[in-house]
Amino acid sequence: MNSVVKMLLKRIGTSLVVLIGVSMLIFTIARVIPGDPARIALGPNASIEQIDKLRERLHLNDNIITQYGYFIKDLSNGNLGISLYTNRPVTTDIAQFLPATLELVIFAGFFMVAFGIPLGIIAAKYKDKWQDHSVRILALLTVSAPSFVWAVILMLLFAFFLPLFPVAGRIDDQLLLPDNITGFLTVDALIDGNFTVFVNAIWHILLPAFALSLSGIGQAARLTRANMVETYKKPYIEMAQAFGFSAKRIATKYAFKPSLIPSLTIIGLDFAAMLGNAFLVEAVFAWPGLSRYGVQVILRKDLNAIVGTVLVISAMFLVVNIIVDLLITYINPRIRLAKGQ
Amino acid sequence: MNNPLLKITNLELGFNTFQGEHKILHGLNIHIKAGERVALVGESGSGKSVTARIILGMFDELTSANFSGDILFNEQRLDLMTKAQKHSLRGKEISMIFQDPTSSLNPTFKIGQQFYEVLRTANPKIKKQAANKIAIDWLHKVAITDADRVLNSYAFQLSGGMNQRVMIAMALVNKPSLLLADEPGTALDVTVQAQTLNLMRELVTQENTAVLFISHNLGVVREFADRVYIIYKGRIVEQGKTHDIFDNPQHPYTQALMAAVPRITGGGIPEIDDTSERYYDPIFIHKGGEEIGDPV
Amino acid sequence: MKKIFYQLTSNPMSLLGVILVSIVILSAIFADFITPFPEHRGAIVDFSNFNQPPHWPNIFGTDLVGRDLFTRIIYAYRISLILGFVVLVISVPIGVSIGLVAGYMGGWTETILMRITDVFLSIPPLVLAMSVMGLLEPSLFNGMMAVTIMWWPWYTRLVYNLTRSETQEGYVLAAEIIGASKFHIIFREILPNCWASIITKMALDLGFVILIAASLSFLGLGVQAPTPDLGSMVAEGGNYLPDSWWLVIFPALAILIAVFGFNLLGDALREILGGEE
Repeated sequence: MNSVVKMLLKRIGTSLVVLIGVSMLIFTIARVIPGDPARIALGPNASIEQIDKLRERLHLNDNIITQYGYFIKDLSNGNLGISLYTNRPVTTDIAQFLPATLELVIFAGFFMVAFGIPLGIIAAKYKDKWQDHSVRILALLTVSAPSFVWAVILMLLFAFFLPLFPVAGRIDDQLLLPDNITGFLTVDALIDGNFTVFVNAIWHILLPAFALSLSGIGQAARLTRANMVETYKKPYIEMAQAFGFSAKRIATKYAFKPSLIPSLTIIGLDFAAMLGNAFLVEAVFAWPGLSRYGVQVILRKDLNAIVGTVLVISAMFLVVNIIVDLLITYINPRIRLAKGQ
Repeated sequence: MNNPLLKITNLELGFNTFQGEHKILHGLNIHIKAGERVALVGESGSGKSVTARIILGMFDELTSANFSGDILFNEQRLDLMTKAQKHSLRGKEISMIFQDPTSSLNPTFKIGQQFYEVLRTANPKIKKQAANKIAIDWLHKVAITDADRVLNSYAFQLSGGMNQRVMIAMALVNKPSLLLADEPGTALDVTVQAQTLNLMRELVTQENTAVLFISHNLGVVREFADRVYIIYKGRIVEQGKTHDIFDNPQHPYTQALMAAVPRITGGGIPEIDDTSERYYDPIFIHKGGEEIGDPV
Repeated sequence: MKKIFYQLTSNPMSLLGVILVSIVILSAIFADFITPFPEHRGAIVDFSNFNQPPHWPNIFGTDLVGRDLFTRIIYAYRISLILGFVVLVISVPIGVSIGLVAGYMGGWTETILMRITDVFLSIPPLVLAMSVMGLLEPSLFNGMMAVTIMWWPWYTRLVYNLTRSETQEGYVLAAEIIGASKFHIIFREILPNCWASIITKMALDLGFVILIAASLSFLGLGVQAPTPDLGSMVAEGGNYLPDSWWLVIFPALAILIAVFGFNLLGDALREILGGEE
């Protein structure tokens, strides 16, 4: 256990270094662009005085290193500055919009694993048979379109032509929202014991989450298949076959577990990439997440909000990677035991 | 009851390639009686490992492979069986030991779990605890004293010799009547290989398990086998009782093989050039080494 | 080369890839000749024939200001391909060189270069491109810049891993022993052994660059009107669903077909050249 803690601390350490790098990068990009952010933020009718005042407040008159110093000082107090778009602290804005995005991404991640991995197993078990060919074509198709394309296609099919699912939003307007505890509607509804809201929230999230997960499903299926096909060539699978292990147990257990280890890292990366793709799906389904906010602050060159949003999303990304690393350590005895020595 | 446990008659195997059929085996005749230890000796690429896999029915998947010939096991025609029937024999009636024990054990499951799975193939309802007891018992038989630790380990934590013993125990635990040993322990160092082979010989004698021993190592074969088949390029070139073949090799290829055995160090044999046309001479059968039912 | 072409056309899936990619590329090149209304790629308004479902001669229908959708999709292919091509031409040499140097030199050079690469890789690709794009003015050129900035690190990582394993090979040691310069070893010895993987990745990536660029313009952060663009067509049409379905379906399928084609081709190349996943 001690070894896992050590590994975790090390990963958190390097992630923090990377995160500082991200802040420098995005901060630099944000400050070296042409144009005066203060002028853009205040609009064309602002007076020179107003602009000067804002430049002062944003420390825009200092050099970039000093500016970054102010930024880090604020950040260590948990302060990402004030959004020029909403005029509220960036942290408040993100806290409001992030949970909806995370809920969507987590559902999509669940779909990715729940559909993608079994499809990959089936394809590998029936390599070069029709099951394999179908899964491969399907998987390649799903990764061949951005998630907004799947979102509009699914919406057209299952919300308009076959009105099975709602077109937009997280929940029906007439329903009373549960207390905001986690920000995840489904979880809050369960805490509240409000089953109607829970079912309604699930009903709303299914289509966007599926659209977001589709290319992930394809990726997971492709990876699982590829790694399992490699594993099937290993002597220990030949041994399992020679010893009469059932084909099903080999596919779901003895060939699956060794194949999962190389797949997991990439599946983790794909999961993390959904944090970005969620922007596209949210735009199609009018999902009240970080997307609208992100696009708005980007279009308005709202520096604090852009830097804050990117930083928070990158932090999420790194957290997902750490979780995946932990999972791999848990699954792969070779790593788990080697670290113990 | 003089019928052999395994009788292979006129086994041919070829692969369809884009240049036409490529023949691997040209009509093998092999038999093994219950409890008998028979060696199939030849250089790599001679078709000996393929034969073992055909017996196990692990070649069916390949659509480009063609076989013909009868394989009679325990009065049943293996070559006519369905996949499921063949599958039900594996690990129970026929078992196998592989070249490299460490890479033949799954690196992500403990030995105990793999032992449990082997026992489950014979008895699907077996409980983990009962399986554990049997496993410990059998590990003791292969001279593993700290069986508990071994069952709780992964293959990569154990030595090659230890893994080989584990494999032997797993292969014999369901009391198969035939054991296929494909170059067992070639990946181990020589002394460890000798130790584990001795163990294996004792156990199969005890259990009256027949063995098809596939090897290129003449030294090991001489120690282990009752009878020997020499295979060259998919044909049996000489067969007979072990001491007859070693004392009096008749076929030019066998003679070349014997000559190539390093005198002092033992171990593998060097690659033999197939320069001699005489290697294709007809089969030589020593007295007492005939196929059953063949005219003598 | 002839052999590769033969292998590409002998398998039905890779043949489909070759056909789709050829159609996309050829139609983009000869857009002026195959589209019925080449002038519709620009700012043209025809209120006598706007927002019409598919009919002759507007086989994909017309958009909200009466332009032929088919024409605009073909010209959008042209823009997408140029964008994809430019992005790869800039980002591949940068990414590959950094990966080679980091992988071969080791030590501090490696640590610094790879940490910088990690920083870029730990921002979700779309988010990084979005922020760069948003801070600059949305335009085709800036779109290329934004996508290039997010693209090179993937090549760095690929080539870095390849270089690390190639450095262990005997031929590198041999070159070091005879006193070859570092430059020679990196670019003349190691690089040629990485080509298969790089080319495979490029074939796959041409599709993905198109996909990312479409995503950016879908969010309004890409190519600006009146330049035809698949992503912004889907975004505009999305407001008129389900009635004006053709505004969305045809550009969406156009993205799917192009990227699918490049993916099939990339997969086939990977199998033939033996590149890495």
